[in-house]
Amino acid sequence: MLELCDVSAGYDRHPAVHHITARFAPGSLTAIVGPNGGGKSTLLKAIMGLQPLMSGHMLWQGCTAHDAAYMPQQHMIDRDFPLRVLDIVNFGHWRRAGSFRALTPAMLEQSRAALRRVGMSAFAERPIASLSVGQFQRVLFARIIVQDARLILLDEPFAPIDNRTVRDLLPLLQQWRDEGRTILLVLHDLGLAEAYCPEALLLARELIAFGPSRTVLQQENLQRAQLLAESWQDIAPQCDRDLPPHRHDDDHDSHDHRHHDHHHGHAGHHHDHDGERA
Amino acid sequence: MSLYETCIAPFAEYAFMRRALVAVCTIACGSAPLGVLLVLRRMSLMADAMSHAIMPGIALVFVFAGFSLPLMSLGGFVAGLVVAVLAGLVTRATDLREDASFATFYLIALAFGVLLVSLHGTTVDLLHLLFGSLLAVDNASLMLMASIAAGTLLTLAAFYRPLLMAASDPVFFASLGGKVMRYQLLYLLLTTLNLVAGFQALGTLMTVGMMIIPAVASRFWVQHLDAMLPLTMAIGLVSGITGLLLSYHKAVASGPAIILVAGIIYLMSLTFGRYGSLRARYWPRRHLTH
Repeated sequence: MLELCDVSAGYDRHPAVHHITARFAPGSLTAIVGPNGGGKSTLLKAIMGLQPLMSGHMLWQGCTAHDAAYMPQQHMIDRDFPLRVLDIVNFGHWRRAGSFRALTPAMLEQSRAALRRVGMSAFAERPIASLSVGQFQRVLFARIIVQDARLILLDEPFAPIDNRTVRDLLPLLQQWRDEGRTILLVLHDLGLAEAYCPEALLLARELIAFGPSRTVLQQENLQRAQLLAESWQDIAPQCDRDLPPHRHDDDHDSHDHRHHDHHHGHAGHHHDHDGERA
Repeated sequence: MSLYETCIAPFAEYAFMRRALVAVCTIACGSAPLGVLLVLRRMSLMADAMSHAIMPGIALVFVFAGFSLPLMSLGGFVAGLVVAVLAGLVTRATDLREDASFATFYLIALAFGVLLVSLHGTTVDLLHLLFGSLLAVDNASLMLMASIAAGTLLTLAAFYRPLLMAASDPVFFASLGGKVMRYQLLYLLLTTLNLVAGFQALGTLMTVGMMIIPAVASRFWVQHLDAMLPLTMAIGLVSGITGLLLSYHKAVASGPAIILVAGIIYLMSLTFGRYGSLRARYWPRRHLTH
């Protein structure tokens, strides 16, 4: 489905995700977890092409970034905009309707069906400003349903909402998985990740562990991620990991050892999938 | 004075009033929907700044070629785009934030424009450029206004869906492969064109009022965009026509009269409007059962 090969991405020379290699199979449901500032959102943006890659590449099998559906965090959306709930869901038809084509009755029915699925059909004509955060999150899920994508990326879909809404929306993830879609979601709640996501990817700028969520979310891995997060500094040395090995020896003194000493001598694809690295 | 004498006779008797009427209606129709989108995108100050930016272009043409409307419009358009591009480049190349970069450039442009006119023209010329001379609009400039208003409406209608998506949910729109920057540029282009269209009638500084004030006022009455667009246009038309009659009967400058009428409608909306107004906040109606 999607394979990340040694991907780095970030802002202004500072990589927020650093040399990530991972493969996501069709029908997989992966929780992306890790400390704040660990690059979880950046990873999703990089996959969607919203964040240019600093190095590495992505292999798409059987689909492209254009077949992916992306749910941004709620605060990225202007909730004061005088639009109806149905308008927001209809935005999900963009791939088929584009700028100029009219929405067909079938498309409108799909939008209404999606709203029914998330329990929001009574709100179709309401202005979006009148919804609560949880209700609006349901609407965003309805839009993802309408997008009907092979790959689904959700950025903290459950962060702002109550348990009841989470319980209502979780079966959707299960259904998407059964339909063979690939789902990546950023989660803060580790319990939720372990209970509902078969796979997890622990990210602290570096990939700490990737594999079955039970293995990945072990205390040992979480501690390592936390330690790494605490070591982040404002001024970072240049990363030479992409360069030929002899360069590493040349400026060995300028290297930040906490980040790099365990990587020396391993060029390229050195991350394995079950989190047993290092 | 009868209703006929007040409202109809000035237009029936004088050709210049009829032309002025067409001019304000054209400006109201073109500016209203653009203004709504600018306000929703939080670009109203950008539009205000842009109205300063077209000034030196108009002034330069005025100094070297005299009071030639087509040339002055072209000069204003070019100046607006040059300043917008310069401000954009500075934002990208330095640490200066976009709003600060725009503000500085537009202020410099306005100062330069006013200085040019005051060096080479009279105070009357300067007043005309800044605040317009609605009663002196000729057929050629009516044609220009009508073309720009029609072009604006057609463009907004054609790109309505992506414009809405880029404005309300830019990250999602970009994730679909949409180019948010392209629509930002479209807004800049349309704003500049409409300011240029309105400057002869209302002046560079007053035209932006027709763009922004009706849009802000209508927000207090309706909650949906499809109602907001016609209401904004109606507020623009009412302010334009009322202001024009006021300036005729009381012999005051037409541009400020029109903007002040729009301002009064805005203040009333702010006070008595249905949503988010002072009344809704401090004297709410009884709540509903659900």
